[in-house]
Amino acid sequence: MWAMVAKEFRQLRRDHRTLAMMIALPILLLVVFGYAANFDVHNIPTVVVGPGARASASLLRAPFHVVEVDRAGNQSTAEACLRDGKAVVGLVTGDHGITVFIDGTQLFSAQTAESALAKARVSEEAAGLASLPVRVRVLFNPRLTTSWIMVPGLAGLILVFVGTLITSLGVVRERQAGTLEQLAVMPFRAWDVIAGKIAPYLIVALIDLIVILLIGMGIFHVPFRGNIAVFALGAALFLLVTLGLGVLISTVSQNQGQAIQLAIMSLLPQVLLSGFIFPVSSMAAGVRWISYVLPLTYFVEISRGVMLKATPISSLWGPIGLLALLGAAVFGLAIARFRRDLAPSTRVPQ
Amino acid sequence: MRWGLEGVSVHFGRKVALDEVTVPVDASGITVVIGGDGAGKSTVLRTLVGLVRPDSGVVSRPPKRATGYLPATAGLYADLTVDENCKFSASAYGLRGADCERRKNELLEQVGLNAASDRLGGQLSGGMQRKAAVVIALLHSPELLVLDEPTTGVDPVSRSELWRLISGVAAQGTSVVLATTYVNEAARANSAVLLEAGKVLAAGSPEAILRSVTGAFGSAVGGSRPTPQSWRRGAGWRIWAPSGVLPEGVTPLQPDFEDAVVVAELVGEAR
Repeated sequence: MWAMVAKEFRQLRRDHRTLAMMIALPILLLVVFGYAANFDVHNIPTVVVGPGARASASLLRAPFHVVEVDRAGNQSTAEACLRDGKAVVGLVTGDHGITVFIDGTQLFSAQTAESALAKARVSEEAAGLASLPVRVRVLFNPRLTTSWIMVPGLAGLILVFVGTLITSLGVVRERQAGTLEQLAVMPFRAWDVIAGKIAPYLIVALIDLIVILLIGMGIFHVPFRGNIAVFALGAALFLLVTLGLGVLISTVSQNQGQAIQLAIMSLLPQVLLSGFIFPVSSMAAGVRWISYVLPLTYFVEISRGVMLKATPISSLWGPIGLLALLGAAVFGLAIARFRRDLAPSTRVPQ
Repeated sequence: MRWGLEGVSVHFGRKVALDEVTVPVDASGITVVIGGDGAGKSTVLRTLVGLVRPDSGVVSRPPKRATGYLPATAGLYADLTVDENCKFSASAYGLRGADCERRKNELLEQVGLNAASDRLGGQLSGGMQRKAAVVIALLHSPELLVLDEPTTGVDPVSRSELWRLISGVAAQGTSVVLATTYVNEAARANSAVLLEAGKVLAAGSPEAILRSVTGAFGSAVGGSRPTPQSWRRGAGWRIWAPSGVLPEGVTPLQPDFEDAVVVAELVGEAR
């Protein structure tokens, strides 16, 4: 048995990637669960509109954080702000009372807002203060159903899984089997090989996406209120990033084991820090920046926005543009590296 | 020289893989690159087909469409059948139709694989995999066929079948370059290049290489090594006397190509 133990340690010492993962992964999980895994919401962006906007805004306390006061605005203004993601709560003031609209797609913020409003109401009544009637309406996800929030994000997760993990395995398999050399000698252009390799995974990922959405809509009654073309554009750009990441991982991996390790290390931060589970706004600033470099963050914003809020494309240019940039960068780098694999080499053959 | 390497040097980092190597490849015929492990045989072939960029020298080769290549490992997809492997290669080279099907069947029959065409590549024995891989490399009737140790791991009968196939395509006008560690295969070639540590020790037809060897040759039996310039051959020893004078008790004999190869390596080591 000791001979086996000694052998395993020797092999592990030479397997730098596994060692790195064994050290980096616990640190990542510690940082995430220490700073990012936070369901407590302390900052709810709030927009206040209507004739009494200024007075009402001055009365608002934490967790409500007033980002805009618009005396000329009305209910449509408030709803548009929520739909476009500018605010989570919209206060519409009027002569006959206040209507509070809450964005139901921001689950934890919405729950916190409802709780804070209820506490405020109780305090007023206990103090014997007369107050205008306040109506609370949760938009987009009136019952704050968790599955309505999870399914759009899950669609992205599936695309990451197929696009990154499975694609990287498919490509590295050629390298491991030694058939990549033969492809390099055949009359293929580099683009033929790359496109030919990823096309099946692209098709499977799209089928997966459609299945997930149909199941979400059929079984969990998740609505699809927005423009399907906008959703498709977001999904296509997101796939560009994930497939590019898969090809990139394959160019730096010598075998499928290494590819899986790298893919998991790229997948885990996306699951934990993209807003899929824990709200980005609740994360400590020190880790929140990581969310902004993760492609899933932007796809979750697009998919939840289109499916639940019918967010128009004009309000989604930001995440769409960033996905396009990320896609161009990652895919461009992946192709450059893959072409190098197919081109004459000056490296010792593996 | 129609194709080949001329004065090619290749470095992998600080390691000299090839040192001003010239491997002429004539139109039709078989050129063998022979050498031990690490001699640079695979690097010669990989440079010839364009997988390795030389640091100096000239490499001449036909376009990719006219080149067939069998690497030292693999050669076919383990999760595709022999037939599917052939179809993939055929379509990569733009081959279609009944002619392609006929050629595939002929080649598979020549190497005795027609009954195994529905088997997955990974389910074939090592020898059958090499034979299938040679067929795939030949499917598009290349002008230059480059084979890296095509008969390694192949049983003697299959090796003979493969050589019949290779000789046949060479006779039909294909230039064949193959790497091997088997000296007796090199003796069947039109020309040979003997490599050792990235350098050319000898080059030319097997007969010319044999004629270039000087000194006397003999054989002896016994347990211990008779002289420093002797090597095992079967149960006995082969002895080379550069001076032309054999030691006592050694039976003189005419050298063959294998003797010439060993002598070239001994001379190379001595330099």
